[in-house]
Amino acid sequence: MGTWMDFILERYNYWVVIILMMIGLYTVFARGNLVKKVVGLNVFQTSVFIFYITIGKIAGGTAPIYIGGELDHGGGHGDDAAGGGHGEAGEHGAEASAHDVSEAAEITESLHGKIDNAVGNAPLNELKDVVSDQAATADNPSLHDAPVGDTAKIGNDALLDVKPEVAPSFDVATDHGEEAAHQVGEAAHAVTEIVYTNPLPHVLILTAIVVGVATTAVGLALAVRIREAYGTIEEDELEAIDDIAEFGAKDTAGGMT
Amino acid sequence: MEHLILKVTTKLLFAPIILFAFYVQFHGDYGPGGGFQAGIIFAVAFILHAFCFGLDETKKVLPQQALIVAMVIGVLFYAGTGVATMLLGGSFLGYDAIDPESTHHAGQHYGILLVEFGVGMTVAATMLTIFYHFTGREPDIDQKDW
Amino acid sequence: MSLIAQLPVLPVIIPLVLAPITLLLPKGRAPHLWATAVSWLTFASCAWLLMEVSEVGLISYYLGDWAPPLGIEYRIDLANALVLLLVSALAAVVFPFAYESVKAEIDERQSPYFYGALLICMTGLLGVTITGDAFNVFVFLEISSLSTYALIAMGARRDRRALTASFNYLVMGTIGATFFVIGIGLLYQATGTLNMADLHDKLIGQDNRMVQAGFAFILVGVGLKLAMFPMHLWLPNAYAYAPSAVTAFIAATATKVAVYVLIRFFFSVFNFDFPFIGAAFTYVLLPLGLAGMFIASLAAVFQDDVKRMLAYSSVAQIGYMLLGLSFATVEGLTASLVHVFNHALMKGALFMAVACVVLRAGSHSIHAFAGLSKRMPVTTWAFLISGLSLIGVPLTVGFVSKWYLLEAAFAAGHWYAGFLIVASSLIALLYIGRVAEVMLLREPATEGPYAIQEKDAPLSMLIPMWVLVAANIYFGVRTDLTGGLAERAAAALMTVAGGTP
Repeated sequence: MGTWMDFILERYNYWVVIILMMIGLYTVFARGNLVKKVVGLNVFQTSVFIFYITIGKIAGGTAPIYIGGELDHGGGHGDDAAGGGHGEAGEHGAEASAHDVSEAAEITESLHGKIDNAVGNAPLNELKDVVSDQAATADNPSLHDAPVGDTAKIGNDALLDVKPEVAPSFDVATDHGEEAAHQVGEAAHAVTEIVYTNPLPHVLILTAIVVGVATTAVGLALAVRIREAYGTIEEDELEAIDDIAEFGAKDTAGGMT
Repeated sequence: MEHLILKVTTKLLFAPIILFAFYVQFHGDYGPGGGFQAGIIFAVAFILHAFCFGLDETKKVLPQQALIVAMVIGVLFYAGTGVATMLLGGSFLGYDAIDPESTHHAGQHYGILLVEFGVGMTVAATMLTIFYHFTGREPDIDQKDW
Repeated sequence: MSLIAQLPVLPVIIPLVLAPITLLLPKGRAPHLWATAVSWLTFASCAWLLMEVSEVGLISYYLGDWAPPLGIEYRIDLANALVLLLVSALAAVVFPFAYESVKAEIDERQSPYFYGALLICMTGLLGVTITGDAFNVFVFLEISSLSTYALIAMGARRDRRALTASFNYLVMGTIGATFFVIGIGLLYQATGTLNMADLHDKLIGQDNRMVQAGFAFILVGVGLKLAMFPMHLWLPNAYAYAPSAVTAFIAATATKVAVYVLIRFFFSVFNFDFPFIGAAFTYVLLPLGLAGMFIASLAAVFQDDVKRMLAYSSVAQIGYMLLGLSFATVEGLTASLVHVFNHALMKGALFMAVACVVLRAGSHSIHAFAGLSKRMPVTTWAFLISGLSLIGVPLTVGFVSKWYLLEAAFAAGHWYAGFLIVASSLIALLYIGRVAEVMLLREPATEGPYAIQEKDAPLSMLIPMWVLVAANIYFGVRTDLTGGLAERAAAALMTVAGGTP
């Protein structure tokens, strides 16, 4: 009994999806009123939206909206690096380099952002690639731009500061599916303290909602036109009218097909 | 029809709603928002206006033909941004081509602003067109039939 | 980037950018000319793309410079280059054809919207074909479907039943699309990716119930869109009451693109290394294909409305395509692809001929065809030749399709299917023969509702129609052109899919 209850309760979101889906489909098929059919279609589509959002949910994750607290965190890193840069730059007497260092810090910050995005996005080992790619691209500008060699080194150090934190935790995330998503979620937790749910399903569903709105609009517009043309929006009455129009006039001919 | 309170409230709310639409539109770069939501909010201001003052009054402010033009221009904004990036050497909607020099992908910001502006314009115009057409039809059905 | 590098995106971008402008043009001739020009431009880009692909092989294009699997990728191989060319070619032929027919059937004030919607419909179909992203397929599918609903409903000026037909299509089409999205969602849950090539890699070795459910949802969803046999009930009315030019266009392209989607998902996304697919091919697609061939053909024989008759025949022809791909061999897939191409040619020509009759007689009932050979000989012969092609008479494309199908059926060991193909062709002879008898031997009605004017259709309709009829014969003689391309495309698809189940 207990296990059954757990089985049902643990998957309550899927039950909601299935129940809504069946209500929607039943309404579409069982109701003769065209407007009710459109409403049923809407309920059906909504269940799919919920299904997609369920897919994207990561345990403990918040909505995929950039949060200010995280900005502070990234900024903290940047400040550290920039502070170090100031020290070094002061020694070399090149003030301009401080600017470059803070730029490098900015890159680290964006690297953070990128990791966060990627964590939400893919529960797979592409993350490693993303991280190393970003690090590689971030390396170049700081090397090129820095007028003083040391500054570039600091920039690199700032990057290295981040990399060791990130890289090992991703080695775990080789499995597919939800489990991996959890692990990655935890890895992200270790890095940033903030876990986002997967934003991709949200984006997909935004698109699907727009499609749904368009479908509803077209469906209702058709219902209005049908009402104007036939004087009813009940399906069986519509069929009766059509039958009379087609066969009523020549009922003796027996033209039933 | 003398719903004075409604009319005054609508007049008061009209500008803030549109302002909020623009906030959602342009803050969509950093937070929740963007063209879809902003377009709907923008349209809502006019729909509210139509509820209170009648569709004919709203059509004086924003005629049907203008909406169609806005719809087309919105799509062209979106697609035009894509074509512009193609002409600048990127791929379709490859915003980085707008500002290839930038170290922090400034092109992405410009690009998405332009595209979202187009989306907002089209969504607002489309929503209002749908509203105009649904409410503007002659009620050839008796009230008791509904 | 050079124009060549941008080429893969052009078939979608050209109509997408230029279609909205149609709405701003003055009513009358201008929207039509504009839409025709756009369709020709698109056709040119598709033809160029096919030449590129047949030379260099697979072409990939990253939208917004985002690399797959995160970004959306346009991925063009021979199979979709062929379908792209088909859709754009049919558009390039139907658009010039449409003018007179649309002028007679649709309120002139609606003409900018009509041609705009037709262009958007074409954009959607091309987008479905070109994209390499599973969710993108859904978006484009709905773009084309939504505009199709609107286009069908515009037939209400002639017959109000277009409205209910469009509404039914909307309900069925939306359910189909939503099923498709559920399937994509399940696959995304199993793999964490939406890129088709990436999905294929990550689905290797996965044979769990989630993937199976995803497969089933996609099969049913696309099946609804392509009017697979028991899910075809929306199609006859939608085709019968849509404006004639719209019927000619969507009958020739929309279901073909849906068949392409099915092929793409079965052979490029799913793998043959799990038995579920093999079972689906043998126990679902094969019997449904055969049943569709027979039942829909028989239903066509008893229709008094020629458009409806041809619509039922379309359902039957879809049965042939499903039959071909259900063999899951290179030969079978080749036959399917060839038939996709050829059926578009013959159904396009047939529905165009019906459109000519509708223009002059004002009806598409079989009674309006009485004595047509005496009143509109050019149209009559176009109908007859493409009708013969539909039956599968040698020297026409229909024969080529049937030949490939028979070969595939015997090669796959389904010899009974071979006999059934021949038998169902004989049913096609029955319904085409019925119209032919009426056209050639009956006396034309001189009064009453079916009286036909003495003159043939205008040249602007006859020329595009005869272009398609000529293509029916040309590709029936030069079998190496389509057959060769389709065979290479099928071989490439089968290599990706990993052999026979």
